[in-house]
Amino acid sequence: MSSKPRMVEVRQNVLKQNDLLARALRERFEAAGVIVISMVSTPGAGKTALLEYTLRELRSRGLHVAALVGDLATENDARRLAQSEAPVKQIVTGTICHLDADMVQKALDDWTLADLDMLFIENVGNLVCPSSYDLGEQLRLVLMSVTEGEDKPLKYPTIFNTADVCVITKMDLAEAVEFDLNAARQSIQSVRPGMQTIELSVKTGAGVDRYLDFLHSRKP
Amino acid sequence: MHELSIALSMIEMASDEACRRGGGRVAALHLKLGPLSGVVREALEFSYEIACQGTALEGSQLIVEDVPVMIHCSSCRQDEIVESIQSLRCPRCGELSNEVTQGRDLEVVALELEEIPELVT
Repeated sequence: MSSKPRMVEVRQNVLKQNDLLARALRERFEAAGVIVISMVSTPGAGKTALLEYTLRELRSRGLHVAALVGDLATENDARRLAQSEAPVKQIVTGTICHLDADMVQKALDDWTLADLDMLFIENVGNLVCPSSYDLGEQLRLVLMSVTEGEDKPLKYPTIFNTADVCVITKMDLAEAVEFDLNAARQSIQSVRPGMQTIELSVKTGAGVDRYLDFLHSRKP
Repeated sequence: MHELSIALSMIEMASDEACRRGGGRVAALHLKLGPLSGVVREALEFSYEIACQGTALEGSQLIVEDVPVMIHCSSCRQDEIVESIQSLRCPRCGELSNEVTQGRDLEVVALELEEIPELVT
């Protein structure tokens, strides 16, 4: 005969392992003097295009930049980004829909962080799963393109709430898709009050100076 | 969907804990879950059942305590529960607040362990 089960207290964060790793990474980044910025968005919001532009422009400003890019499959993004001549490494996650701190740590194994000013981490295109995982980054950018609709933040409040800056991309298409910037800003503020918003188009160059200046200002 | 990997982490954590406490079958796992954890309850419950198979948690119950999102309102100088994560507004004064004080929870709170029956000699 089995007796009544006994209750034992655990009180442990399920993502404790990831959080501990992320904390260690953050300390390592700070010690090496490298600013680490991650990017999250839906697939197709323009992360790779923005990153391509960012690497090229920051390099021309004399900064040492590098990138890790996460994708379920293919190394296409890394190949595309390598044209900037910055060090780029692809993290192929297989069936996993997000990056985690362990993948970032392993990808950095053979890199000397102290040689870098800025490291960018492009997450897998997904607005759900990446929200649970701290990667040790100091700054998280969430991208939304004008073609996705102004209420994207209301549909995915959690990921927007974990981000520090919202970049609205493809502004060159804003008029064609009747994008309402004020409505978008309101959605953003509603789920992440006080979050800074930067609107830009890497195609026309509109708004990119403000974006680059902002990134540059993060350099210690 | 990342709930399966979350379920696997929970089960690993619970199995280790059960082992440390002398072994035995886990009858239930109590979890605190906040809406800003990024984990969907239904997807987690579904994954949990599958992930438990062949472990000390097989057949165990997942008991989820939903934790509401709380913000600190600097005008009212107190923590307030918000109705929806779509609008982090103080329900008293209507001001937006970015200071989330609760609601990111994803925590294994407790386990219910079945005793291993002592051998009768």
